Amino acid sequence: MNYNWNWHIFFEPNPTGAGTYLDLLVSGLWLTIKTALLAWVIALIFGTIVGILRSLPSKAASWVGFCYVEFFRNMPLLVQLFLWFFVLPELLPRAAGLWLKQLPNAPFWTAAIGVGLFMSARVAVQLAAGIASLPRGQKQAATALGLTTAQGYRYVLLPMAFRIIMPPLTSEFLNTVKNTSVAITIGLIELTGQARAMQEFSFQVFEAFTAATVMYLAINIIVVTGMRFLERSLAIPGYITGK
Amino acid sequence: MFGNLDFDVIRRSLPYLFLDGMSFTLMLTGLSALGGLIFGTLIALMRLSSYKLLGRIAGLYVDFMRSLPLVLVIFWFYFLVPYIGQWLTGASRPIRVGAFTSSLVTFIMFEAAYFSEIMRAGIQSISKGQPAAASALGLTYSQSMRYIVLPQAFRNMLPVLLTQTIVLFQDTSLVYVLSIPDFLGAASKVAQRDGRLVEMYLFAALVYFVISCLASYGVRRLQARIAIVR
Repeated sequence: MNYNWNWHIFFEPNPTGAGTYLDLLVSGLWLTIKTALLAWVIALIFGTIVGILRSLPSKAASWVGFCYVEFFRNMPLLVQLFLWFFVLPELLPRAAGLWLKQLPNAPFWTAAIGVGLFMSARVAVQLAAGIASLPRGQKQAATALGLTTAQGYRYVLLPMAFRIIMPPLTSEFLNTVKNTSVAITIGLIELTGQARAMQEFSFQVFEAFTAATVMYLAINIIVVTGMRFLERSLAIPGYITGK
Repeated sequence: MFGNLDFDVIRRSLPYLFLDGMSFTLMLTGLSALGGLIFGTLIALMRLSSYKLLGRIAGLYVDFMRSLPLVLVIFWFYFLVPYIGQWLTGASRPIRVGAFTSSLVTFIMFEAAYFSEIMRAGIQSISKGQPAAASALGLTYSQSMRYIVLPQAFRNMLPVLLTQTIVLFQDTSLVYVLSIPDFLGAASKVAQRDGRLVEMYLFAALVYFVISCLASYGVRRLQARIAIVR
């Protein structure tokens, strides 16, 4: 392979004039983490609401939940980001659209909200499945104890369901981290974006991508290890995942 | 709010969108699913084989691919495939590889990791008595896989495999980052040429939505039919 390897490139100054190429990549890594965390909060909030809707006995509620999930699941994430970024400001009243377009850090907010809503549909499906997996007696016992529906969810169903779906939620969080890289298309220069920029400035393609790869692997290993501890401490005794 | 929109731009660009763009997307989806299924099955067999080293290698490959974002993998292969081609053909310089080949290789290698997990679950869902009966009948390992285990595993996992193919169909839109005219790329080219972002992106979203909805409805029907048979 006639390719000029140069692993020292990371310590050479980058063309922006501030620091080395490594600094560039690390700033991309932070942006990836920041975007993913905000998106995950959004995904959890909306996913919980929609997941509850889907599990309610009311036909209308579960229909709304079904439509929400189908809407966000049947379009590519890239197309959804384009809709939020390019289409939404044009369809709003003029003043609101202008305000949106001039928002500082627009790619960051669009990416976090877009990825967050996209992932919320998947969180909703997991949560609905988690609630459905609980024995029917739990809900009935909550009612028999005089808890309202809201109290039943708050104190009985949700704490159980969330602990049961911990493993799939871990992989959904990792998907959120990975999906932030799609925002490169709306101009968010996160980790993949910085690796691409480094490749264009320095022509050291494989070094740049190797560094980004190692950083993504590191995120994965840290999250998986951390979640394993959390899963173990939150496991419900008597369930397969429990002790 | 739709006052100054011109939806005629969609009608004018329909032939380009579907004959060039959508046929690229569908071809890429179909071939990647097929290639991913073949390689994925091989990887699943490696993971379940009694040679520990083989299983370890396959497991590492799957974990590695699954922890990387698809966009990064697309970039990796876009730059790597010319060198792989040079190495395979023994040419003196990195060979030129077309956009389609490059993205096809990417998606096959990437999806193989995901398909292999599905096939592994499928193979494990076959009761142990079946391969045992096969070997009692004198079938070799490859015969028992070929005639007994894999057909059933494939059949049991068909709905999941098809769902993954729908995900793949949506994911092919990411070749946009290489400026390849797949369906979304074609829509985006027209959008930027005519300054009609709103119309074109809304239309692209609608097309993806309708196709994915119909496909997942079909998968649900299929799942119901298979469930009754078993």
